[in-house]
Amino acid sequence: MFDDNITSGRRFAAVNEIVEKHGRRPEHLVAILQEVQEVYRYLPEEVLTYVATSLGLSPAKVFGVATFYENFSLEPKGKYVIRVCDGTACHVRGSALIQAAVRERLGLKEGQKTTSDLLFTLETVACLGACALAPVVTINGDVHGQATPEKIVALIDELAKGERKS
Amino acid sequence: MNATMWVDGREVELSGENNILEVVRKAGVDLPTFCYHSELSVYGACRMCLVEDERGHLLAACATPPEPGLKIRTNSKRLLHHRRLILELILANHNRDCTTCEKCGECRLQELANRLGVTQVRFRQKKQAEPVDVGPALVHDPSKCILCGDCVRMCEEVQGVGVLGFAYRGSRLAVLPAFGKKMSEVECVNCGQCASVCPTGALVVKSDVERVWAALSDPTKKVVAQVAPAVRVSFSEAFGLPPGTVGAGQVVAALKRLGFARVYDTCFTADLTVREECHEFLERLNSGTKLPQFTSCCPAWVKFAEQYYPEYLPHISTCRSPQAMFGAVAKAYLPEELGVKPENLYVVSIMPCTAKKFEAGRRELARAGIPEIDAVLTTQELVRMVRQASLDFTQLEPEAFDLPFGLASGAGVIFGVTGGVAEAVLRTAAWALDGKTPELEFRAVRGLASCKEAVILLGGREIRVAVVHGLAAARRLLETLRAGEGKYDLVEVMACPGGCVGGGGQPLPNDTDHRAARAAGLYSLDRQRELRRADENPLVEKLYREHLGAPGSEEAKRLLHTHYSPRRRISGEEVAVAPGAAAKTKIRVCVGTSCYLKGSYDVLQAFHRAIAASGRAEEFDLGATFCLENCPGGPSVQVNDKVLGQMTPEKAAELVRSLSETKEQV
Repeated sequence: MFDDNITSGRRFAAVNEIVEKHGRRPEHLVAILQEVQEVYRYLPEEVLTYVATSLGLSPAKVFGVATFYENFSLEPKGKYVIRVCDGTACHVRGSALIQAAVRERLGLKEGQKTTSDLLFTLETVACLGACALAPVVTINGDVHGQATPEKIVALIDELAKGERKS
Repeated sequence: MNATMWVDGREVELSGENNILEVVRKAGVDLPTFCYHSELSVYGACRMCLVEDERGHLLAACATPPEPGLKIRTNSKRLLHHRRLILELILANHNRDCTTCEKCGECRLQELANRLGVTQVRFRQKKQAEPVDVGPALVHDPSKCILCGDCVRMCEEVQGVGVLGFAYRGSRLAVLPAFGKKMSEVECVNCGQCASVCPTGALVVKSDVERVWAALSDPTKKVVAQVAPAVRVSFSEAFGLPPGTVGAGQVVAALKRLGFARVYDTCFTADLTVREECHEFLERLNSGTKLPQFTSCCPAWVKFAEQYYPEYLPHISTCRSPQAMFGAVAKAYLPEELGVKPENLYVVSIMPCTAKKFEAGRRELARAGIPEIDAVLTTQELVRMVRQASLDFTQLEPEAFDLPFGLASGAGVIFGVTGGVAEAVLRTAAWALDGKTPELEFRAVRGLASCKEAVILLGGREIRVAVVHGLAAARRLLETLRAGEGKYDLVEVMACPGGCVGGGGQPLPNDTDHRAARAAGLYSLDRQRELRRADENPLVEKLYREHLGAPGSEEAKRLLHTHYSPRRRISGEEVAVAPGAAAKTKIRVCVGTSCYLKGSYDVLQAFHRAIAASGRAEEFDLGATFCLENCPGGPSVQVNDKVLGQMTPEKAAELVRSLSETKEQV
């Protein structure tokens, strides 16, 4: 009666495809992890173990690479990833205020990056290369230049409202 | 004349050294190092071995090849300043509870700080105390780690396992198992080679000394010991004697002085192992099945195989290791012999090996849930007990092992060295197949080459033998077998380089020279024995006559054999909720983030209630797992090997009902 719902291994197939595409070459590890993170939005333990096994590396080594780079996340990220630039240009133009406002709006405690409903993740980045637009914030890759705390909080309100409707 | 190099103004001949460090050490200068081990790849991280060339350039001696005519200085005010500063910086973030550290007195960092005169540390400690990981065999304390990476390279390069790796970066850099788990939760085989190379107390052998002291002072307990072969050739090192010195008699005497009622010889049960293993081997040889036969004495190898090569588990000899055989015969026959209640007999193993601690706790080796070995002490720990008891080891009058488990042939003695188990089996197999006194020394399987192969003519047929030590070498051999290349009849695997003489519990230093000297000690013991084949051992024969029948008998199978099962490499991903005793249906509810948010916890509760209500709780094995890779279709549940999506508490109850009904019809 439940047979229609058997969907085992669909995502796993995606990981497998990525690993195969790179010819199971351990020197492609970073690229593989980047693509896997695209699929899962973060790097789950079991998937890292699978990648390690298929490349003939130890899980400890893959864990080492995954923790070395800031860009990899071993924790689930929210549906919307908000990146506040804190490079020099953005910093002097008040990016810290934006960060504080976003944290307050999302109710994030110290050290917490993602809201408990898994909707929003707040990250800081060193430079987005758009200094002329400083301060800069990206939300899921969309760039918002000359940001202010009010503008960004309004954007978050809008996204949250949209989520509640759906 | 060979090319030369100049070290501190003295000419030194070059004879194929790989790096300046080897040349300098040949010239009699013991340059300090943390991260250099001749068995491992060159890492060049600690910078303690810096030398200065004529132009005043600093070179890391370990990572620089020697050049003819090169002139270097190994000590100058500047170099001393550098070394002291490096030590001071390491010490700044090092847990300096030296007096209470397990490694106190044997710590390389402590020794070098003392040797180079580092008398103060000007920097403030920044590292936070981290939890200490206490496993069955090893203790990992990251606060004492100096990030030399010796353990990382040992585990990966020599053992081919790679439990430890560098994680994070910059000031947060740490040596950790995957995902920051405990070593006992990952693929660690407990061989202890990491602890053998660790220069500080970051990785040490888990001590069972206190438990043994407690048993010794318990008047109701009768404490007996078994001493493994490799212990007798390394024990005296800790008391200043050269490696390989045979000190079996003194070890027995020391154990007696500590209060052990009887001291037996593991070589005796090694002889017993040979009888069983040889019987098994000849059976397989005759039937041509399950060949090659792998040896089973090494618990690190057994766990390695369970994790990585489950398809070869039927090939591993079902014989228990000599330690476990001793536990079985001791608990079966000694209570009567010694006039003590079975529950009051306390069996302690003295082993060169840390993995034996794990082996002693294996469920398959317990009877009625009670382990047959009560405690395992490594050579290092027994040394510590002897020191704690203030015994003057060198003054002890040698004593003999106690009977009935105290007599061994030379075959049992060489179990402690790579090639020894294979050679011991071959000696008895040769006798059985050819019926005449065989050539006793199978030199082709001896020595420290990582893989040794031999073809030996026995009973008119060629027996192909392979002997490997170091699990990386075992992995290479198994990969050739997997690829269908290489054909062997008997394969001996020992996890530690050099075999048990180089075990993770042996006294430090535990390097190639020490291992080779200890091996030579065991071979000389073998040569001195009147009995050199296990089947010549009259007391093993007596044991068969009186209790076991014959090799391979029902009683022998019950007491002396075991079984193996595939093992998940990384644990902690499943949580047992209600594991039934006779589970036929395995249910795993995904509680990964996505499913959890969609209400999988309610589903789990519904399963729990429904199973309890079904009246067949013992047939269900309910658990939670962290991802079934079915996140879009969640909440997901795995029933045996099927993954079902969109689960609700109602569907869960219905599922349990229908499963119980089908069972009734059957």
